Amino acid sequence: MTFVEFIITYYPRFLSGTIVTIEQFVLASVLCIFLALLAGLMKLSPRTSVRACATVYIEIFRGTSLLVQLYWIFFVLPLFGITLDKFTAGFVAVGLNVGAYGAELVRGGVLSVPTGQWEAAVSINMSPGKRMSRIILPQALVNMLPAWGNLLIELLKGTALVATIAVADLTFEARQINYSTFMSAQSFGTALIIYYVLARFLLTPLMRRLEKIMARQIGRE
Amino acid sequence: MTNWRWDFVWEILPRLIWATGNTLLAAGGGYAIALVLGLALAVAQRSRHKLSKNILRELVEFIRSTPLVLQIFFIFYVGPQFGVWLSPWTAGMVAIGLHYAAYLSEVYRGGIDSVPKGQWEAATAINLTTTQTYWRIILPQALPPSLAGMGNYLVGIFKDTPMLSVIGVGELMHTANAIGSESYRFLEPYTLVGVIFLAISLPTAALVRLLEASVRRTLGMS
Repeated sequence: MTFVEFIITYYPRFLSGTIVTIEQFVLASVLCIFLALLAGLMKLSPRTSVRACATVYIEIFRGTSLLVQLYWIFFVLPLFGITLDKFTAGFVAVGLNVGAYGAELVRGGVLSVPTGQWEAAVSINMSPGKRMSRIILPQALVNMLPAWGNLLIELLKGTALVATIAVADLTFEARQINYSTFMSAQSFGTALIIYYVLARFLLTPLMRRLEKIMARQIGRE
Repeated sequence: MTNWRWDFVWEILPRLIWATGNTLLAAGGGYAIALVLGLALAVAQRSRHKLSKNILRELVEFIRSTPLVLQIFFIFYVGPQFGVWLSPWTAGMVAIGLHYAAYLSEVYRGGIDSVPKGQWEAATAINLTTTQTYWRIILPQALPPSLAGMGNYLVGIFKDTPMLSVIGVGELMHTANAIGSESYRFLEPYTLVGVIFLAISLPTAALVRLLEASVRRTLGMS
């Protein structure tokens, strides 16, 4: 079988795998961004108890492996009465894991906003909520966006692990095709190239555009 | 907790501790490959050859933006297709080594770029060969600022070793899976694996932070 025949025969499976990977990526990203904001802001709280909660979450998820977390959520959590189907367990584990890394980015981004901005917001009598959402976060966001670009690529790579709990993503399909054809270079190679295209020609330009738009929004360009 | 059994914990702990040794070995082997190969990649990217430079850059980008688990599969299964059989251990360490070499090459690159241009010119002026310039002048100055990055990736490699279980390397995760399928008990093995990872990676990460601070102080960066 030539490579062209290989692609013609198996492209529907690569396609469906890619779609599952993108779904996992989008859902995990949403969860990750939410958790990162929450834990990142909690880590800046003046209350020790709130800070401690965020620290426990961040250290547990950064200190262990994504694969361990995934297996724990999928195989152990049901023993506590929380049963997630494999698709949900997949993106929840990836989102929780990468969210812990994102929390540090959020914290760093907020701390990078000059103190003058905080003081100015206080002096014009803004409430703490308004100060955060209107003054601090928009500037913090612009500062941390480049790092988020890298983190989202890590997240995309992380979604490949959901194949180990049999979510039919791109890695899983590549593995199945390899088992039935023994054409390893073709099946894994094609999947690697698809991941590369997703990361480098879709995600990276998208983040660059977003960086430009955000910078313009707050009048930095 | 929902029927957590301590007697089962004591029963499986020796196996898990043995497997931790394997995990550390795999991480160490992969790291050694990554340290050397990463340096080679970083130095090769400074070649004057435009084409080879661009190819290497793209290769590093490729390795960095594709999943490690897929690279492990690729290296493990593609060999036999061309008549080369790699053991799971070899394939796994090569895959991890290659993956992290791409990351480390960026760390080294940053370090090498931070060496002032005058150092290169001085080395040329006293007629040192390229090899001598690197070994005696550039690398001794480029490596200390890279130490923190190198340490972070050591922790990173350690946390990525569970992926080797997919091709049957007998590390922690693989052992926990085996215990789980023998005894139908998943709570203790998976939880213990998590605890072991925390117990090793948190102190190591703290050590790396200390190292980073002391390097910064020594180099007068803060």
